[in-house]
Amino acid sequence: MWRVGTVVALHDETATARTITLEVRDWPGHVAGQHVDVRLTAPDGYSAVRSYSIASPPNSEGLVKITVERLPNGEVSPYLTQEVIVGDRLELRGPIGGWFVWRSQQTEPVQLVAGGSGIVPLMAMIRSRSSVGSKAPFRLLYSVREPGAVYYRDELEALSAQDCSLVVTYAYTRAAPKNWPRAPGRIDAAMIAGTAWPANLASTCYICGPTPFVESVAELLTASGNDRDNIRTERFGPTGDRK
Amino acid sequence: MSSNTYDYLDGNAAAGELSTLFAMDITAAEGQCAHCGAKRRFAEAHLYMRGPGVVARCAVCENVLFRLVNVRERVFLDVRGMTYLSIDTSHVRTSSDSALA
Amino acid sequence: MGIISRGFSGRRTPTDIKLPPGQYLTTDFPVLSAGPTPHVPLEKWEFVIDDGKNVLQRWDWKSFRNLPSETFTVDLHCVTRWSMLSTSWEGVSLDTLLADTKADASYTLVRSYGDYTTNLPLKDLLNKQAWIAFRYDGQDLPPEHGGPARLLVPHLYLWKSAKWVRGMTLMNEDKPGFWEGLGYHIYGDPWREQRYSGDR
Repeated sequence: MWRVGTVVALHDETATARTITLEVRDWPGHVAGQHVDVRLTAPDGYSAVRSYSIASPPNSEGLVKITVERLPNGEVSPYLTQEVIVGDRLELRGPIGGWFVWRSQQTEPVQLVAGGSGIVPLMAMIRSRSSVGSKAPFRLLYSVREPGAVYYRDELEALSAQDCSLVVTYAYTRAAPKNWPRAPGRIDAAMIAGTAWPANLASTCYICGPTPFVESVAELLTASGNDRDNIRTERFGPTGDRK
Repeated sequence: MSSNTYDYLDGNAAAGELSTLFAMDITAAEGQCAHCGAKRRFAEAHLYMRGPGVVARCAVCENVLFRLVNVRERVFLDVRGMTYLSIDTSHVRTSSDSALA
Repeated sequence: MGIISRGFSGRRTPTDIKLPPGQYLTTDFPVLSAGPTPHVPLEKWEFVIDDGKNVLQRWDWKSFRNLPSETFTVDLHCVTRWSMLSTSWEGVSLDTLLADTKADASYTLVRSYGDYTTNLPLKDLLNKQAWIAFRYDGQDLPPEHGGPARLLVPHLYLWKSAKWVRGMTLMNEDKPGFWEGLGYHIYGDPWREQRYSGDR
């Protein structure tokens, strides 16, 4: 069933990504990691549907935040990141998903690995953890092309500064900040060994990003001893026509 | 003769579409591939969604698990590729954090 | 229908271009698939025509490429609503491939590497209406668009133009293929908008 959300705030995360905050009056609530389907309808009846992870933690105000990356030839993302204004209404279906979720009752160590916009559902988990004061030990390995592509940088910095049981590590694949100790490159076995929870802790791992990224990281985590049953994945990709 | 072009998503991507058919969350459901016998969560299935219909394939052997086609007000579903789908109904579909885990 | 999204227009086709009903024009060639892209080594490739019991004709890549081929320019119409006009190809006509086949059969099931199939009346493959194409836009047909070779039957919706084609089975009855068995039209004429089973 489709609900209507009203845009109450817009915030640019990067030059190409924008967070849209929606107020959904009859929102049933959600769990960190879930997503919504957004439907746009043109006057002639043509409609397009795209999935976006919910960035906001569970809350009682019916607030649903999504962070949308503008794809160069996209049909929907240019509209959401450039055309939408406060007061506009968007149709959503959800919350969707019950496997790729973190519930605040979980106490075991958690390993988050994000590739690009895959950070969004993992940020909802981090925000959820923070909002309930959970002490579950969290590690985040966040892979991006270059420093300007990081979402939520200030917030991640503040949260990890005030809570030593949340550790954030960045992996830059194309261009790194000046004096960065590691040359730009993809996440590899050495990086997993150096930054992820040791496998014997049996942490619950959440990997989110483009399909090739998820496959590569899942392979690295199982190779380093993590049980496949402890690894949850969500693959992102364009769902419109691929050119 | 297999592909490494990674042009698939996973069961999470089809969950919204399937929510019109299934009252319960489908991503956490466990399914068995009728071809190779592999048992996996539906969230881990390979989903091919850019075509005339939705095709879910086994992550292990790539055989079709199920197919779905929207024909106007009707949905066609073919689930012959799964021996079974096992869904936990012990709690109401959880949508708020205060519900049982 | 959903609430109208202010300022969203979706896709637009210039109004002076004539397309089949319900289609919009695209200039990029979308890649749609129902499964992983097969990678077929040319030394293993073959095209086989059978009647369900016996092999009637078989070509390997070498003998296939020795057949007379032609270049042609056609419009493509996909049931997912995009159309692409004036696409250029090179391929072997089905008239050539079927020239020596004594076919009593009226229908055919076209088979691809992978598990894709599609069915057609045999006469829709004849009389300069269909090719096995191996070059697109001046280059070898890339795997994501069906290479090494695909069927092209432009007068029907593009799901009938099976990618990664490996052969066809001649049949006396029309048996539905991969999509025809799950709600899509058995024939698929875009000009009569025969998208789904039951469409006239």
